[in-house]
Amino acid sequence: MYKQSVRRRRAVLALLVAASLVLLTAYFGESAGGPFHALQRGVLEVTAPIQEGSSRALKPLRDLFGWFDDTIDARDERDRLRKERNELRKRVIGAQAAERENAQLRRLVNLDRSDTVDGYEPVTARVIGRSPTVWYATITVDKGSSAGVRVDQPVVSGDGLVGKVTAVTGGASQVTLITDSTSGVSARVLTPVVTDSGNGITGVVQPAVGRPRDLLLEFVPRRANIRKGDAVVTAGSQSSRLESLFPANLPIGVVTKADDEELSQYQRVHVRPFADLRRLDFVQILTRGGDRGAATLRAQGRTP
Amino acid sequence: MTPQVALALRLALIAVVTVLVQISAVSQVSLLGVSADLSPLVVASVGLLCGSTIGAVMGFAVGLFVDTALLQTLGVSSLVLLGVGYWAGRLRELRDPAHGLTPVAVGAAATAAAAIGFSLVQFLLGVDAPVSLLLLRDILVTIAVNAVLAMPVYALVRRSLARVLPQDPRRRRRRAYVTGGLSPISRA
Repeated sequence: MYKQSVRRRRAVLALLVAASLVLLTAYFGESAGGPFHALQRGVLEVTAPIQEGSSRALKPLRDLFGWFDDTIDARDERDRLRKERNELRKRVIGAQAAERENAQLRRLVNLDRSDTVDGYEPVTARVIGRSPTVWYATITVDKGSSAGVRVDQPVVSGDGLVGKVTAVTGGASQVTLITDSTSGVSARVLTPVVTDSGNGITGVVQPAVGRPRDLLLEFVPRRANIRKGDAVVTAGSQSSRLESLFPANLPIGVVTKADDEELSQYQRVHVRPFADLRRLDFVQILTRGGDRGAATLRAQGRTP
Repeated sequence: MTPQVALALRLALIAVVTVLVQISAVSQVSLLGVSADLSPLVVASVGLLCGSTIGAVMGFAVGLFVDTALLQTLGVSSLVLLGVGYWAGRLRELRDPAHGLTPVAVGAAATAAAAIGFSLVQFLLGVDAPVSLLLLRDILVTIAVNAVLAMPVYALVRRSLARVLPQDPRRRRRRAYVTGGLSPISRA
């Protein structure tokens, strides 16, 4: 009897481990349209309204804990912001002069000033779910394909870039944050020093797992003159063949320090994101509304 | 309804509620820069109360639901949490710990095992981004936060399963001390 019980226990354990490994292998092997991905989207479709309801109901609790956390961080934040304010005051004066000059030059070459998100229709969405582990930095929002949301559309908050849409159902979407280990965003440093190419210093913003408040700007040449406090924005690309997922000049963060690595031709620049990605209640998804969105989808062989 | 079916239904309900509360509330609350993780606590509590086989099945089910609801790689959380549930169940079967603070120690150990196991699986699958040593700090803080939550979570799970548990460890221990009129002292 005892041996039988032991055998049954071990058999169940072996079966479950085998099932997990089979799931893992099958999931990696299939495309985004495969049955397991479809199952996940189906479950998200079903659970999204429940998540939305519980998210709204539990907001006071979240705010209470958030208040404690904010109080602990408040003093450090105040000191840091005072320093930042003093630094920015100096730079605003220079920026105002540069803006005037820029406007004059634009008039000279007959260029219209275009807004950063021109051509996009922002859809405001409520955050209804979040991944509990640092390995997957994802959130779930309550807007889906019925609101015009599609995969790969950029997501922003009032402070700056948040991430991009990675899965969509009818009434909900999953957003992968810029702090997720799979994320990479081409970015540009807004430095007062004009470079040889005239386009600013560019690189790729990647996260460091375990440091959600510290992004890394990689592939920046060692000779590039980057200073603490420089703003980092999306580089974007308006080429018709290889259009960037993110429009140009969306704010990402601010440079906190640059490590000069001796054995590398690149320097590693640390960037603090503008958006507080651990405390998001609402975000905006930049959808491609109107004719442009439909044309893009048609070009990709998909129906709008 | 048989006791086994009643137990299975309650465990399924606990799994669904745990994942929904985790995703829509607990994960969005940041304490000292991290969020609590209820999944290993609930799975370890079920293992402690119901044994290794049920603990492992519960771990697999909760992990599968977490991965499905969050569109994560299927199988990762299942693999890690089934180990947590099995280990907690074996602890009960082999040692039958009676100390009142057992759920706190088991909750902390389960959280540590889940966090380290999850990280190991991620490393095995390949990580695209650099990994900071601050991840260790996050793991330690999560263990501390979960240790605080372990006792109330265990009490809630125990209360939810109280009527359908085949053997409640606390009741069993009480019976051992209540001997009725059969104590050798009373006979003397």
